[in-house]
Amino acid sequence: MRANRTLEIGTGFFVLLGFAALFFLTTQLPSNGLKVGGAQGGFRVTAQFDNIGDLKSGAPVALAGVTIGEVTGIGIDPKSYRALVTMRIDSKYNQIPDDSDASINTQGLLGGQYVALGAGGSETYLKDGSQIQFTQPAFVLENLINKLFSSFASKPAESGQGGAAPSGSGASSSSSNGKAGPH
Amino acid sequence: MTDSVPQAARPRGGARPSILLGGVARAGGIALFALRLVAACGPAFARPALIVHQIYNAGARSLVIIMLSGLFTGMVLGLQGAYLLARFGSENLLGVAAALSLLRELGPVLTSLLFAGRAGTALTSEIGLMRATDQLTAIEMMAVDPMRYVAAPRFLGGFIAMPLLAAIFNVIGLFGAQLIGVWERGIDPAAFWSQMQSSVVLRDASEGIIKSLVFGFVVTLIAVYEGYHSEPTAEGVGLATTRTVVTASWLTLLLDYMVTAAFM
Repeated sequence: MRANRTLEIGTGFFVLLGFAALFFLTTQLPSNGLKVGGAQGGFRVTAQFDNIGDLKSGAPVALAGVTIGEVTGIGIDPKSYRALVTMRIDSKYNQIPDDSDASINTQGLLGGQYVALGAGGSETYLKDGSQIQFTQPAFVLENLINKLFSSFASKPAESGQGGAAPSGSGASSSSSNGKAGPH
Repeated sequence: MTDSVPQAARPRGGARPSILLGGVARAGGIALFALRLVAACGPAFARPALIVHQIYNAGARSLVIIMLSGLFTGMVLGLQGAYLLARFGSENLLGVAAALSLLRELGPVLTSLLFAGRAGTALTSEIGLMRATDQLTAIEMMAVDPMRYVAAPRFLGGFIAMPLLAAIFNVIGLFGAQLIGVWERGIDPAAFWSQMQSSVVLRDASEGIIKSLVFGFVVTLIAVYEGYHSEPTAEGVGLATTRTVVTASWLTLLLDYMVTAAFM
């Protein structure tokens, strides 16, 4: 009887552990899974951006490169039609000037995007529910490449050989571009 | 249901026509055995205590080796991943790299190989010894079907335990990767987890779970089959145990490729 009891406890322990692991892997880990909990200490501030680019919920919020919180929600402000980003900032960083600015930056070349705060000079500090007024939209690489391509495409057209170099191949293969340049 | 005894008595190494034909016959034997086993699983649920006992044997007693292997696999992933990603200046992606390799590939495959070595061999030698000491025949003499009473509960126990073991391996592995990434390489833990959570989708997790179900089915099936059909000698049981590990391992890797290709 006693051996049976240990067997049942052992099996129960194993099965519970296994299902807890399955639960974690399917709900907590994936971005499109169900999230529970996550309401840690700290205070919430919001900021409106013209364009948040690739920013995702859970991305870090950094001040001078040090992570001080995370993005908890992304939505649209119904009046201004701008992106409304909600952030949770650890309660120990409660002396951030309320005229600080927020911008969306990229971690490394391939990394995800995060919110970078730049400290202002005000005497009053950000507190729960306050909104960051000065924001800078995400740096969207595609827009920059588009601008670069269109400036490439317009230059040959001015010098009268627009048909020779289509904008795509002219920019992608630098060797042929170098040959075409001296003409 | 009474054809289980003559199969064991059939000479294995007698007049063997060719290796190829032998392989085909073995594949057919395993497939037919799988059908009988699945048919016996329904009645086996009438005795849940037997299944619980086998979950304990196959799952709970494999926990230590699975957790240790998971921890060290994750730690190696942390070291190797950080070394590789640092060359491209994207060490923050370590969490993604570790999670995707563990969930999609390493977790199910390594768990299956370890499971074949730890639980599969135990199953084969146990059933093989029951065969060698005529216990299966004795059970049959008592008008109890050994497929229902011996084979099916062991099969179900292994089949249920394997996905749970793989999930535990994954979680411990992620913890190991974080241990190295955050403590040793100084990666920001918030970036580690947020990058991971934003890049891993449910499909990645479900691929790993489907893999572990497939591997659990195949490895346990092979282990029960080999034990059930082992020659009733000491040498026969030993050979059957070896065959379990060899067949289950290469089938795991073959099926891994097929399931991965199906998910692409």
